[in-house]
Amino acid sequence: MIKRIIAVVAGALALGVASAQAQEVKVGVNLPYTGIGAEFAQLVDRGMELYLKLNADRVKPYKITLIRRDVKDPSGANAKIAVQELLTQDNVDILAGWIYSPNAIASAPIVTAGKKLAVIMNAGTAHITNLSPYYVRTSFSMWHAGYALGEASAKILNAKTAVVGYTDFPPGKDSLAAFKRSFEANGGKVIDEIPMGGAGAVPDFTPFFQRAKDKKPDLFFVFVPAGDHAAAVVKTYAALGMREAGIKLIGPGDITQDTKLQAMGSAAVGLITMHHYHADLDNPENKRFVEAWKKEYGAATTPDFMAVGGYDGMAAIVHVVHALKGKIEVDAALEALKGWKFASPRGPITIDPVTRDIVMNEYLSEAVMKDGRVYQKVIGKIDGVKDACKEQKIGPCAPPAK
Amino acid sequence: MIFGADVASMLLGGVAAGMVLFIVSVGLSVTMGLMGFVNLAHGGFAMLGGYAIAQAMKLWGVGFVPALVFGFVITALASAVLERLLYARLYRASELDQVLFTIGLVFMMIASVTLLVGPENQPLRLPALLQGQVNLGFTHYRTYSVVLIVVGIVIVSGLWLVFERTRIGAQIRAAVDNRRMAESLGINIGRLFTLTFAFGSGMAALGGGLGAEFLGLDPQYALKYLVYFLIVVAVGGLGRVTGVFYAALLIGVLDFTLKKYVPQGGTAFIYALTILLLLWRPQGLFGTKTT
Amino acid sequence: MTPAPVDWSEHPAAAAMARRHRLRAWEPIPWVAALAFYFLFPKYLGFGTELLITVLFAISLDLVLGYAGIVTLGQAAFFGAGAYTVGMLAKRGIWNEPITGLILAALVAAAVGLGSGLVLLRTQGLTLLMLTLCTMALLEEAANLAHDYTGGFDGLDSLPIAPLLGRFEFNPLYPTTQYLYVLAVLFVCFVFVRTLIYSPFGQSLTGIRENTLRMHAVGAPVRRRLVLCYALSAAIAGVAGGVWAQANAYVNLGTLGLDRAATVLIILVLGGYGRLYGAFVGAVAYMALSHFLSKIYPTAWQLGLGLLLVVIALFARNGILGIAEAAAHRLRTRATP
Repeated sequence: MIKRIIAVVAGALALGVASAQAQEVKVGVNLPYTGIGAEFAQLVDRGMELYLKLNADRVKPYKITLIRRDVKDPSGANAKIAVQELLTQDNVDILAGWIYSPNAIASAPIVTAGKKLAVIMNAGTAHITNLSPYYVRTSFSMWHAGYALGEASAKILNAKTAVVGYTDFPPGKDSLAAFKRSFEANGGKVIDEIPMGGAGAVPDFTPFFQRAKDKKPDLFFVFVPAGDHAAAVVKTYAALGMREAGIKLIGPGDITQDTKLQAMGSAAVGLITMHHYHADLDNPENKRFVEAWKKEYGAATTPDFMAVGGYDGMAAIVHVVHALKGKIEVDAALEALKGWKFASPRGPITIDPVTRDIVMNEYLSEAVMKDGRVYQKVIGKIDGVKDACKEQKIGPCAPPAK
Repeated sequence: MIFGADVASMLLGGVAAGMVLFIVSVGLSVTMGLMGFVNLAHGGFAMLGGYAIAQAMKLWGVGFVPALVFGFVITALASAVLERLLYARLYRASELDQVLFTIGLVFMMIASVTLLVGPENQPLRLPALLQGQVNLGFTHYRTYSVVLIVVGIVIVSGLWLVFERTRIGAQIRAAVDNRRMAESLGINIGRLFTLTFAFGSGMAALGGGLGAEFLGLDPQYALKYLVYFLIVVAVGGLGRVTGVFYAALLIGVLDFTLKKYVPQGGTAFIYALTILLLLWRPQGLFGTKTT
Repeated sequence: MTPAPVDWSEHPAAAAMARRHRLRAWEPIPWVAALAFYFLFPKYLGFGTELLITVLFAISLDLVLGYAGIVTLGQAAFFGAGAYTVGMLAKRGIWNEPITGLILAALVAAAVGLGSGLVLLRTQGLTLLMLTLCTMALLEEAANLAHDYTGGFDGLDSLPIAPLLGRFEFNPLYPTTQYLYVLAVLFVCFVFVRTLIYSPFGQSLTGIRENTLRMHAVGAPVRRRLVLCYALSAAIAGVAGGVWAQANAYVNLGTLGLDRAATVLIILVLGGYGRLYGAFVGAVAYMALSHFLSKIYPTAWQLGLGLLLVVIALFARNGILGIAEAAAHRLRTRATP
């Protein structure tokens, strides 16, 4: 069988002489390059690529080759085959990717059997990192933002009541559970929980929002998957006059995803979100990141939290490659990553040595109009947030019984 | 009047959602009724039309309404060309070959748009006039929903007039009811079909643009709402403009109401409802003919 | 009735009938190829396993669509029923022996098929298409809502499937056991379906497809035969789903989805329906093309796949096997002027 590989040669700046001697590290990337996740795959892929491009010096003398595989859908089946073949045919040294949680869940036994480091760059269901000892997550879990926002809602926004609307799939339920737990622990009360359809297609949000409006809460917490849903959420919120009715729209940063934010226009103003990243964060790494992104992919484009998941994931991989001098062995790689610290565009991050999940800052932001564009103003910050689900060992997040 | 306002908002929301369904689906119903052609690429034309509209607004700064007209015309023309060149070869083929062909076409549409424009959702900014809320006297409601309802009523009235009062409408009705008889009366079915196909695709494009506010617009649009369009067509009865209209309204309002009051049921309602309706009236609520 | 015995076996129609179910020389080829694949491409067995399961699933559809003429878009309902039967029993520690697990999967799927068939098979055309589709969608939504039992959107992972025959483990990374197991299951089911369609029952199905009124006229119990065929087809789809869950040690909503139902329909039509081997040809063509194209062009492979479907639909009647048959027919007519 002819093995055809689409390879992106990193460290293009390295001279021909150097690259001839460069030691190659193969990273097998599984992302949904087609289908409903194609847009997310592009963001994560660009994040990885941009890290390699911006940090060509740091990559040297190694050569990182990305072997991309389309996993097509969240069914789990295609992702399993992709991961299996990356391991057995392409003999990759490191695995990376995973947009959809079901794919990460389905791949877990193969990752474990294959004994390779696997960097999760987006999939957000909290307990995934428990499913294989070789999973490391550089993105986030739904509990990071949800839990932090529950506390902030009670303490900073002084809210008493909230209605939660969520897309009816596990990240949505995770988000609801996280928010409710911390909001109610701090004296708030969730007065209605509204499942708002599945993740596949954007529903018409009007009936759900109408229901929320009728309950007259202080806050309306909305979780929808990143992408198309957010624009519809913000439009519906504005069109139903919920702001005028005194109901604040809050949620994790998925509802103000940078790639969608400007298109929402003034309708987005006043939205309050908790998240670990948005493109308006004020730190030198982020300035450099956003600037390079716009130069590379066009001024009209913007990185977002998904792109940062890919960027930081690649940073982690490059760190491992250096620490192990190009000879990737999974246990040593995990050792190298445990407690690894990195100045990310999202601020300082580290990998929790116990859970292999990310520890990072969470930013409370409000969308405002500035110079004719929607700008996310940071109004609060919580440092070093861990995944509360695993911290508190809730439900499936409890460590697997061995 | 809290209860009254509640019911009003429910009806308005549901009817507006139904209008989008109607505008996209009506072409599908007529072409399927006329030729028995299973055109699964219909959602693809809605997607392409939506893209034409979005691109016209983005690249040339055209306003929303002229962009809608542009989208209608360009999609109608493109689909007429496709119909003459490709679809026409499959009129006598089995419906499964038609399914294979149109699904292949959808795959190609999705891949092409992804390559040319990108996989991301296309924002369609409404004019300021259509944003926000409007005072209807008895309640405040989303302006755009109200506009959609008006547009939908205008379209259905127009279509009704064309269907019931013009020569071409009579020809279409005759052909839907009995194609062989219509042909032997000298009606040029081929030309009639090209015309209705182009018009139906144009309507789909219009629906793609008008509905983007609710449904978004990305390459996968071509497939992800297809089931809804097919449900409307099946419930309404093949080739029935008014049937499609009432079916779209019925499904829009019931779906909206159930979602509002029993959100825990998820999407189950619309499917259960369709099953019940189709078991009760297998030819659709207003249909008389089998395919 | 003529009292004198007449020897019909000399009659051309009888001879043609007899020829139909005789084993043809080329029929072992797919099986030899499948075995050869095992030895030649040990690194592609994950893909191979998925391919074989798809063939089995497509055969189940061929039985209803190709032979009984029931156009359904809901076949994944039975695939999912089988998969969830295996998955839920294994996850809860009730039953995890593979072979008996498949029998249970077949029974549950057949029950679903029987129940829905009794209600739905009174209709046809677009109505039937939508009814089967909506029934499947309802099942999917039910599986999503009952997440305490089904795992919802995330599905049930790490299913503890017992070793095959108590000896052969299912290795997730090198699925050699899975491949041979699935191949054996496929063979058994195939022999069953082949026997069935050449039996009087199968002949009466073809009769119903080609002329329902006449079958009514000769007194055949049309509805009952259709429902029975539907349930048998559901059982085989259930086996396909069950074996999928076992091979992957995993089950999720994707097993019940429209994607799966539509893909198998496309595969069958692409290969050629009502021919038994169309399932093989279609599955190989569709899956190999999308697998390797998507490796080469991860973002644009759908263009090539779409083109294939369009070209086959335009230039071949009844799929790839349709081309082959037309070519064979031309050769034959040329040989015997």
